[in-house]
Parts: sequence; structure tokens; C-alpha cells
Amino acid sequence: MNNTRTEIAVGIFVLIGILCLGYLAVRLGKLEVLGNQGYVVYADFASVAGLKPGDPIEIAGVKVGRVETLSLAGDRARLGFRMNADVKLQDDVIASIRSRGLIGDKFVLISPGSSDKLIPSGGKIRETESPPDIIDLLGKLIGGDLTSKGGGDKGGRDKTAGEKGSNNGQ
Amino acid sequence: MLFLLSQIGRFTLRQLSEMGRIFLFLLSAVGLAFRPPAKLRLVVYHLKTIGVDSLSVVLLSGFFTGMVMGFQFYYSLRKFNAESWLGSAAALSLLRELGPVLSAFMVTGRTGSAMAAELGTMRATEQIDALSSMAINPVKYLVSPRIIASLIAMPLLTAIFDVVGIFGAYIIGVGLLGVSSGSYFAGMDTSVVFQDVYSGFVKSLSFGLIITWVCCYKGFNAPPMATGVSKATTESVVLSFVLVLVWDYFLTSIML
Repeated sequence: MNNTRTEIAVGIFVLIGILCLGYLAVRLGKLEVLGNQGYVVYADFASVAGLKPGDPIEIAGVKVGRVETLSLAGDRARLGFRMNADVKLQDDVIASIRSRGLIGDKFVLISPGSSDKLIPSGGKIRETESPPDIIDLLGKLIGGDLTSKGGGDKGGRDKTAGEKGSNNGQ
Repeated sequence: MLFLLSQIGRFTLRQLSEMGRIFLFLLSAVGLAFRPPAKLRLVVYHLKTIGVDSLSVVLLSGFFTGMVMGFQFYYSLRKFNAESWLGSAAALSLLRELGPVLSAFMVTGRTGSAMAAELGTMRATEQIDALSSMAINPVKYLVSPRIIASLIAMPLLTAIFDVVGIFGAYIIGVGLLGVSSGSYFAGMDTSVVFQDVYSGFVKSLSFGLIITWVCCYKGFNAPPMATGVSKATTESVVLSFVLVLVWDYFLTSIML
């Protein structure tokens, strides 16, 4: 009697523990137990700029998948996207890397296309858009200013100011 | 002068041989755990003393740790207008650090000290000698099942601690301080990766081994007196705490 009570208590403890461990691993750790669901598409980017595996993929703000792999293909970065099975991608969609908020949480935004053809599993997204490098942009702005100062006269300065404006407009 | 040198030498030699004995003790306990017959019934019994009996204190401490973190992270994140990161901050610190370490502390206090006292008393009342005179290896009978049981129980206790802690932080953050429930879980979802869960798991496994190892060794080799038992209990708890923290530092620096 006493022995079976011990065993029942241990059984309950182990069950609760495994449930908690499972919750942590599957729900939070995104460990896939029942095989990978959905399908994979690839996309090449000039720069992934801090995107990590596990970051979300969104269409119109709704999460439809996540970044699964990150590798180098030639001199471009190749990303593997794990898409939810019920999401269909036309073959002219545009994938772009965006960041959310100031802390810079990165995600991939997919703008829907209008083609009739769909991308098959293992296919590639042709149209991609790398994120603008803010440091680079700043460098261009400051650099433009500096070269114009080297020019010396007032007219040159005004011209740069105009260029600056068009840069901002882009 | 010569006397001083001999004192230093004796001290060093004693420390080294003590370290060697501790290590040999672990080797023999682990080695004997793999030798049949497997004492499954004993493992289940120790699962009860290590796991089930520590469950209430782990639940309680996990819940309150989570609630405190709800307040603390809210306070510091509000300075950056980043309250929505409460979930990810709480989950990451619980999974990676607080869960394994604090539940190891709880198990040390709840079970490790009892282990040292029990084995020390058995040594003092010559029960351990009685076991060996009956041709039962006392290490295999007393220590190996405890080590197996703690290796099973610690990760489970840590997982329970984590889940309860995340729930506690949720209650404070969402229920009391008005962080939105969606951003709590979404932040947690995006920032936690499998590596975080895994590192906590590895930590809890090794902490379980350290605690039983130290506490069993101290109890097993306690001087056979009443003061010896009390000294062994104190030393085992203090040494377990210190070793857990030091080992935690090394594991963190490797697996970050």
C-alpha cells in the first residue's frame, strides 16, 4: 500500500515535469516533434543585416512562417523560409527584410504578388529587397557634405543640399 | 622555517588527496550505477524524496521569483518604454539562469542536507559497515540510486520552476501592471530559441549531479559522531551552493 502510494506520487511528479519540459521545448523552444510542418522556400539577399533563424515571416503583419536556415550562396546570403502549409506564395512576391521599433527586431515582410503561378516547395523567391543600411546612408550624407566643402564656393553647397533632399525623398 | 614549509606541504597534500577521493567516489558511484542488478525500486523511492518532496517548495519559490521579476523588469524596462519586452526578459532569465540555479538551491536545502544527515547517521551507527559485512556494496546501494534519481528529477523540477515562474511574471505584468497579454507572449515567442531551453536543461542535469555527489560524499565520510553529522550537513550544503554557482559560471561562458 505504502509502496504503491510512493509510485503514484512519483508518477504524478514525472508526468507534470515532462509536461512542463515539453511545453518549454515545443512551445518556447520551437522544437518540432512531429516532423516539420509546412514547406520551405528560399530567397537570396545581398545582406541579411542581423536576421536570425527563428525570426518571423509576415504578410500584411500576420505571421505566416519563420526563418529556418541562413547560409552563403556565392556572395549572397541564402535564407530558407519555413512557411505555414496553408499560405500560398505567388511566384512574383517580394521578400524584404524590415526592422520593427528602435531596438531593431528584424522580420521578413512578404508583399503579395498577382501571378497565377505559385512557388512550389523548395522553390525560390526571385524578388528580394535588402534592408537599407542606416550607417551607410548616414555615411553617404556626411560624405556628400564633406566633398562639397572641399569644392569651396557657395553654389556647390546649395547643390549638395538639393541632392540631399532627393536622397531623403527616395 | 622548515616547520612552516612542512605545514604548507601537508596542507597541500591533504587538499589534493581529498579532491582525489571525492572524484574517485563519483567514479565508483557512476560506474556501479551501470552494473546490474539495477535497483529500480530504490530509484523510485529516491525520486520521491528528491522530486516529489521538493515539489512544493519549488512551486512556491518559482511562483514568487516570477512575480518579483514581473515587478523588477517592469520597473527597469519602463525606463526605455519597453514594457512589452517583459515576457521575453522574464522567460529568458528564468530559462537560462534563475530556473536551474534556484531550483538547485531549493533541492540542496530540501533534500541534499537530509541526504548528508541520513548517510552521516548511518555511518555513525555503523549501518554502512553492516551493509558491507553483508556483502552489499554500500556505494551501489546508497549512492548510485540517489544519483540516478537526481539526474531524472532535477530537469523536471527546473522545468516546473520555469513554467510556474513565467506564469507568476504573467500575473504581475499583465494582471497588475497592465502589459498587454499578447505582447507578453509574442515577445517571449520571438526571443526564446531552443538553445535557451537546452542550456537550462544541461545546467539542471549537471547541478543535480553536483548536489547528490557532494552531499553523499560528505555524509558518507562523516566522522562517526553527533558533531560529525552536523558538520557534514553544513559543509555539504555550503559546498553544493558554491560549486553550483562556480559551475554555472563555466557553463554559461561556454554555452552563451
